[in-house]
Amino acid sequence: MTGAGNITELTAIELRDAIASGGVSAEQAATAYLDAIAAREPAVHAFNEVWADRAVEQARAIDARRAAGKDIGPLGGVPLAVKDNMCTLYGRTTCSSKILADFRAPYQATAVDKLEAAGAVILGKTNLDEFAMGSSTENSGFGPTRNPWDAGCVPGGSSGGSAAAVAARMCAGALGSDTGGSIRQPAAFCGVVGLKPTYGRVSRYGLVAYGSSLDQIGPITRDVADAALLTEIISGRDPRDSTSVPRDVPDMLGALDAAPGNLRIGLPKEFYSDALDPEINRSIRDAAETFRAAGARIVEVSLPHSRIDRDAAGKLSSYAAACYYIVAMAEASSNLARYDSVHYGHRTAEDCRDIVELYSRSRAEGFGEEVKRRIMLGTYTLSAGYYDAYYNKALKVRRLIKNDFDAAFELCDVLLCPVAPTTAFKLGEKTDDPLTMYLADIYTVSVNLSGLPGLSVPAALGAAGMPIGMQLIGPVFSEPTLLAAGRMHEKASGTSRLVPPMARGS
Amino acid sequence: MSRTIDEALVRHIAKLSRIELDDEQVAALGRQLASILEYFGKLSELDTEGVEPMPHAVELRNVLAEDSPGESLTTEAALANAPKRDGDFFMVPKVIGDSQ
Repeated sequence: MTGAGNITELTAIELRDAIASGGVSAEQAATAYLDAIAAREPAVHAFNEVWADRAVEQARAIDARRAAGKDIGPLGGVPLAVKDNMCTLYGRTTCSSKILADFRAPYQATAVDKLEAAGAVILGKTNLDEFAMGSSTENSGFGPTRNPWDAGCVPGGSSGGSAAAVAARMCAGALGSDTGGSIRQPAAFCGVVGLKPTYGRVSRYGLVAYGSSLDQIGPITRDVADAALLTEIISGRDPRDSTSVPRDVPDMLGALDAAPGNLRIGLPKEFYSDALDPEINRSIRDAAETFRAAGARIVEVSLPHSRIDRDAAGKLSSYAAACYYIVAMAEASSNLARYDSVHYGHRTAEDCRDIVELYSRSRAEGFGEEVKRRIMLGTYTLSAGYYDAYYNKALKVRRLIKNDFDAAFELCDVLLCPVAPTTAFKLGEKTDDPLTMYLADIYTVSVNLSGLPGLSVPAALGAAGMPIGMQLIGPVFSEPTLLAAGRMHEKASGTSRLVPPMARGS
Repeated sequence: MSRTIDEALVRHIAKLSRIELDDEQVAALGRQLASILEYFGKLSELDTEGVEPMPHAVELRNVLAEDSPGESLTTEAALANAPKRDGDFFMVPKVIGDSQ
């Protein structure tokens, strides 16, 4: 007999198989996770909404299908969570913003449709930095999420709720979104796996837009195999997203144990400067050694325009981060113009003398500080007189950054590098200075600017007991190779499936 | 490319952004925006002469769809989240008239 403690320890694939073979019912699985949420959520605050009754209903429907001898799908009965910036027909879609506190979407994101069609049970919507703008989930309009490894630390962001929920065993897997590192960095901070797929691989239909040329939905999971399964399920051309690419979805799960025997792993030398924390540097070099021992070849490559420097005052800087924030904020200022307090969203209760005052006051009341900053900066960099100096300049640098990757991939199949300059930091540590917070994304933004897939996997547990992640980056549409490389390290290192103390031995 | 952001400029950007600010926010944003813009200015170190701007990483062109009618939101669904409505209409304060 499988107890509730055991159920939440299974990966999504293991649980799916247990349900398919009748060892565990979908209802037992949903109930085990709802119990875990009841026990740990008060300390973590990973969820904006938990859909307890509906999850049990969905699970019973799966059990009924199975009893009737019908197919229950490749995720039949597996309880998952969805970041609260993806539209769902059930519940609210808030983006953790007061401006959308009561918003009920009239349509559903394609990625969520695909999960449900595959038999997944959705447990609820997870917390994020408001509109996915942030790197710690502290910018949520509904209070921060805590890191399950240390409640005094942030879970990373913006998909901090999804990463914390997966790490704390409050769901078997989750969807996040990644505009500049928002899947990979929280996955690293929480000791789980996160994949940002190639731009266009997964439909963005129903994902509330932040930076439309950068945004991509992807999975956060316990191990690499689960990431492969979820990515395969949510991928594919969608007529409702013209930027989704018309390409067949490869068999990612099947290719997992078929990493090329002569895999070439590139170490971008600019990412191993003294800007990097020594412990993280050591962990990633250990990972490179693990790859070498498993038969990979290690080569040094160069990404000059993604170079990371530390000045005399200890401040980090990179062209890629400057380029990224200009592009992301410009796109954000345009995307967030839709919150007009007329069609949906918060409207001020005060009397306004005209429509402009109505817009301005409603937006002032509804948006948080960081969102206001980004809209204003984006508006400024797009305004007459500054467009060429900032926005157009950034678009040119963006091409230089991408050209560097193209050259690097002539020499290697996959890049190995850090995810973030530090492990999870303390709550409140970076909230005073917005620029300091931006630098948490310094190793991840180039991937979004270039449209590449990036995988974050646990590399080690640091001396202070916090997880250290490592990042694998591949050329566009190389997810099968990237995941196989992640799996290769996972098998050889034994660092997969780290369990935070709060979720042990229940 | 260090640029100072004076209060008048902060207020101008806020107006373009349709975000009302109080005096305290104007002062704080002036400092924050200036330091972030200074950071952005780092890009001026790079020679980008002759480089083609890249607005999208995966460039698809001419994405066409069949010109066939499909389902769209019902009027009721489209209006369901309206903060204020009158029948089948969104309600706003008077747009034309005595303002400005």
